Amino acid sequence: MTGEIGQLALCLALALSLVQAVAGFTGSAAANAGARAVASSAALGLFVFVALAFGALTFAFVTSDFSVLDVAQNSHTAKPLLYKITGVWGNHEGSMLLWILVLSIYSAAIAFAKRGGERLTSAALGTQGILAAAFILFILFTSNPFLRLDPPPFEGNGLNPLLQDPGLAFHPPMLYTGYVGLSAAFAYAAAALITGRADAQWARAARPFILAAWIALTLGIALGSWWAYYVLGWGGFWFWDPVENASLMPWLVATALLHSALATERTGAFRTWTILLAIAGFSFSLIGTFLVRSGVVTSVHAFANDPERGIFILMILSAAIGGALSLFAWRAPKLEGGTGFAAVSRETMLLANNVLLVAAVSVVFIGTIYPIALSAMGTRISVGAPYFESLFAPVFMALLILVPLGPRLAWQRGDFGEALRILSPALGLAALAAAIVLAVAAPRSLAGAGAFALSAWLIAASVIDLMRRGRFSAIPAGAFAAALAHAGLGVTLMGIAGTTIWKSEDLEVLGPGETMEIAGTTLRFVGVETVEGPNFIASRATLDVMNGNTVVASLHPEKRVYPAEQSETVNTAIRTNVLRDLYVALGDKRDGGRWTVRAYVNPLAPLIWLGAGVMALGGLLSLIGRLRGARLARGAVSPAPAE
Amino acid sequence: MNPKKRRRLAFALALIAAGAGGAVLVITALKDNVLYFYSPSDVVAKHVEPGVAFRIGGLVKPHSLHHGKGAAVMFAVTDGRTTIPVTYAGVLPALFREGQGVVALGALNQAGEFAANEVLAKHDERYMPPEVVDALKRSGRWKEGEAK
Repeated sequence: MTGEIGQLALCLALALSLVQAVAGFTGSAAANAGARAVASSAALGLFVFVALAFGALTFAFVTSDFSVLDVAQNSHTAKPLLYKITGVWGNHEGSMLLWILVLSIYSAAIAFAKRGGERLTSAALGTQGILAAAFILFILFTSNPFLRLDPPPFEGNGLNPLLQDPGLAFHPPMLYTGYVGLSAAFAYAAAALITGRADAQWARAARPFILAAWIALTLGIALGSWWAYYVLGWGGFWFWDPVENASLMPWLVATALLHSALATERTGAFRTWTILLAIAGFSFSLIGTFLVRSGVVTSVHAFANDPERGIFILMILSAAIGGALSLFAWRAPKLEGGTGFAAVSRETMLLANNVLLVAAVSVVFIGTIYPIALSAMGTRISVGAPYFESLFAPVFMALLILVPLGPRLAWQRGDFGEALRILSPALGLAALAAAIVLAVAAPRSLAGAGAFALSAWLIAASVIDLMRRGRFSAIPAGAFAAALAHAGLGVTLMGIAGTTIWKSEDLEVLGPGETMEIAGTTLRFVGVETVEGPNFIASRATLDVMNGNTVVASLHPEKRVYPAEQSETVNTAIRTNVLRDLYVALGDKRDGGRWTVRAYVNPLAPLIWLGAGVMALGGLLSLIGRLRGARLARGAVSPAPAE
Repeated sequence: MNPKKRRRLAFALALIAAGAGGAVLVITALKDNVLYFYSPSDVVAKHVEPGVAFRIGGLVKPHSLHHGKGAAVMFAVTDGRTTIPVTYAGVLPALFREGQGVVALGALNQAGEFAANEVLAKHDERYMPPEVVDALKRSGRWKEGEAK
């Protein structure tokens, strides 16, 4: 029964999305207030019915209703409740339904908030309606999660055990909130072109959506990389895998967009460029979805290799990008230009930010797409991490050098000498950090010293920026947000430099009582026992961390066998004191009760994710400041300063 | 040409120069870091030189896995027609199985063995790396239904 309810709800949602599209575009003309009301109601209705469909699928998963094909293929009665729920999006069909759910939430938010006025909202809703319709059609035709199975099997196939993990359980919803959030920015860009309005007010209207998308992308990528770090057992956090790149590209564009929209909002500068970036951001989301969902790349995300799906997404992709760019070519020349700015000004810094971020995106894009293009011609290649590292790192380093200068230069005309004078303590700290790293850290690394200098520069400059702004309570939310986000970058950079440059790695075959030594730490192998979990059987090793003859701590890396899924996972054990991770993974069983054990010491590794959290917190602060500012403005209190 | 136009032209030229410079850098970096994917039959047919890094993919030959000294493991990769021995000093992925798909990254050594520095297996029972499917198809050993 739930399957039919879900199916029906999805069909009604399709009808409503079409209504939303037609009414939305009609309502973008001045006189059609009636159509605007219809578009808003349709957006709310769309959300209700998509939520109903999603609820129906979740119900089927939680109750293990194996008469639904999707549940039978991806769930199992023995699975813990958490993974029954997260299993809803742990497969292709359900994850596309989640995509639509997030899209409909954004649509409802656009309809509810009516930012930037009635006409702009209406045109944005029209664009969102088309996107929703396209993706609901995609689900109904190629990826229907409500298909029935007759007769229903007694037991389901289970969920890929790699996905049965708390870190990964929330990675997809977070990432989708980011990917699809960029659809709201895209819709506002299209709306600006349709209504011919791309002024400061427009940028202000779109900004909360850009921010929400950016925060979610930051957290989603961080969760994914954290998962890769502790689940894959290789001690690495980023592999330049096409699927990782698929999420990095929208993030880079969203970061550029966040900054260029800031200028548009303040002085009206870069308005066409901001629109173009908003289009590009969502285009990269779609490209990412295509890469991940079509099976063109090898990864845990490629649930199935169904060419029909790939072609359908490719069609949506080309229609969205082609349509938006045509609209851009047609209407953008009619938009009025903004005010000018001097060569030394905050605008120039934001321009540099954008140029460098676009360069970084290009590097990642070429490295990701090149093997796929070649494979279409029959040559299978892969682009190694050194390509990305050798090109991405210098571009990003250049960007980070400039970051602290931006907030210290005034709009339109800034004073470079003054900014440098104010930031000189940060420069001093950076030099000090480099000197300390060169003197203390072994092996000596120039790149490491450079990275730590940059981190110190970023963090110290953020602190100085806040100190210069006077009373703590008088600091605007925007300035706080920028300082936090920029300092977060510095924290993440320290983590990345620490782990990549000073990582220690060792692989030993150990029998009971034998020891291994890594980066000054002694590990004693005690043995392996068999432990039974809710839906797995684990070989659980015990390794004692020794200090002389006393045991400081015990680590328990596992290898788990999941009988239902006929699959195995490696569960690493990590002991951290934030300044370094002691990371142990259990390998293969050898003769005579001996096992291979892989151990790493990753200096500063936790800072990678801590920094991402700080960045996201900065974004959140800016978002809250924005929404509060909007409420104050509506309440006819003097509006809070925009930044 | 008035000053405004001249400034625009200079800007456009700078942009083109930067773009061209960037393209040169990207192409050089790509050329040095591209890894080709070969099936065991390709390795023989293309006379891949020892020391040239590439990825090899196919099925792990049944009964070919054995352990060497320390952490070393040996196995063989086959596409049904040709078989290449592989040596690896490391931990095999959890889903490494004889008779199933595998992709390894490394280079041939002087003895004609593939010295791997990374070994990847498929992610779950239903999934096989596309490269392996490709290699098997080309050697005519591909059976439909194994991909699922």
